[in-house]
Amino acid sequence: MKVQQVSVFLENKSGRLAEVTRVLARAGINIRALCIADTSDFGILRLIVNDVDKAMTVLKDNDFTASKTDVVAVEVPDTPGGLSRILDILEHHAINVEYMYAFVERSSDNAIIMFRFDDNDKAIATLSAAGITILKGEKVYSI
Amino acid sequence: MIWNEHYETMPREELEALQLKRLQTTVERVYATVPFYRKKFDEMGLKPSHIKTLKDLKLLPFTVKTDLRDNYPFGLFSVPMEHVVRVHASSGTTGKPIVVGYTRRDIDTWAELMARTLTAAGIHKGDIVHNAYGYGLFTGGLGAHYGAEKIGASVIPISGGNTKRQIMIMKDFGPTALTCTPSYALHLADVAREMGLDPAKDFRLRVGCFGAEPWSENMRQQIEKTFNIDAIDIFGLSEVIGPGVSTECLEAKNGLHVFEDHFIPEIIDPKTGEPLPYGEQGELVFTSITKEAFPVIRYRTRDISSLNCEICKCGRTFVRMARVTGRTDDMLIIRGVNVFPSQIESALMQIEGLEPHYMLIVDRKDNLDTLEVQVEVNEKVFSDEVKKLEQLEKRVVRDIKELFGITCKCTLVEPKTIQRSEGKAQRVIDKRKI
Repeated sequence: MKVQQVSVFLENKSGRLAEVTRVLARAGINIRALCIADTSDFGILRLIVNDVDKAMTVLKDNDFTASKTDVVAVEVPDTPGGLSRILDILEHHAINVEYMYAFVERSSDNAIIMFRFDDNDKAIATLSAAGITILKGEKVYSI
Repeated sequence: MIWNEHYETMPREELEALQLKRLQTTVERVYATVPFYRKKFDEMGLKPSHIKTLKDLKLLPFTVKTDLRDNYPFGLFSVPMEHVVRVHASSGTTGKPIVVGYTRRDIDTWAELMARTLTAAGIHKGDIVHNAYGYGLFTGGLGAHYGAEKIGASVIPISGGNTKRQIMIMKDFGPTALTCTPSYALHLADVAREMGLDPAKDFRLRVGCFGAEPWSENMRQQIEKTFNIDAIDIFGLSEVIGPGVSTECLEAKNGLHVFEDHFIPEIIDPKTGEPLPYGEQGELVFTSITKEAFPVIRYRTRDISSLNCEICKCGRTFVRMARVTGRTDDMLIIRGVNVFPSQIESALMQIEGLEPHYMLIVDRKDNLDTLEVQVEVNEKVFSDEVKKLEQLEKRVVRDIKELFGITCKCTLVEPKTIQRSEGKAQRVIDKRKI
């Protein structure tokens, strides 16, 4: 039920992000969602792409440090209180969110949010039991 | 294994008698043939006949790097040029290079010493030696080459550079021994991995002799693990002869045996010039006692070491010098604290997953020295969480603070952004304008 995210280490200097997107573009890889966490001298670029293994290969070939991380794609009702309800459930079960970011595309009438939890498996079980839809990797890569 | 049992295991008393005889001959020779030494001796009122025991060595004047430079190119040669069959020169990073010369017999001596060195590492006839020390004016390449041929090994005279081709040859020719600088060994491993090879499995290497730059015990362990080999520290400098001044033995890997039948080592206090007893750390000084073309008297190496006179389990009676961890001239003084890059390297290598690709940038801001340590982020230490990478930075800062009491800044940089050397690694950028 987990989605594989590609994480890339970037020095905080101009042109590095452009270089990542250039490398992926040349390999014909489509970026489905992304977010950057940054500090004063480095950043971590997190990407959901349509072909994880190919992305990892081309990034490494171009001397980037990259790794695969499991994240969870959660369908969130696109209505007021949609996200709030999900976070309430997580809080109730003492599950921490390490980070999260929204997907640009929608799945039917719902928004998609990517989560990295301190305990992904527990989060999936808890949210599924509460009737919340968790999207599979194959579905997310091809949206 | 020992190449020359007679000399390498000679009882100390006999060795010292031999050293004295050879020292006296050398002193007479330089006094008679080299105007620079004659002038120095005369100014001090010193005659060759004053050298009556080995203790009298301390009466002799020191020779320093600038003396060699001032007599560029051939001024310190002790034989006419027609007897010099080879010259080498040190890299002239500051001004003119230092030029050294060899007679036919010097070349034979040098080959003998490198034969001893390689044999001490367990290399023998039947081994294939991949010699990636640079050939040319640098003494490393030809020095190792002659020694390897003398023991009857098969030499691949690959020299430095063109790393991908080196990997192909290492894969296809199956060398069993590697000779190069330690930083280049790690670079070879990096490139091998990029080419889809596992340096521990895809080569036939058994042992490596690494030298020509200071390196740490941790780096040794990393090289040994990476290639699945024994890594032996070897030492030498062109001013004395080139590689083949001292070497570790495979049996102990604990200190480098100085070939005392050819060179007399001393440790001195770099400030006062006073000789220090065995065990104390100071500047390493060498006097050559068999060289013909370019003898040196009490040459100050600027390398920091100490001497250990305990007899080694390998059976050699030669004293052992401690691994050179720094030089009096690559020592950085940061906010008044003496810092050797190799100490920082050791601290970094204690951190699981980090590789010895680092750069130290020293600067002065508002009259205060600053130290920035750049470390490459590889897959082993990378995390998709900011806090974990920040923890790594904090760990580096904390470890260096504990070591020197200096607060540095640690910057994580992308892989391959720190320049890889194909010879001696450049680890420090000092931007201070003092």
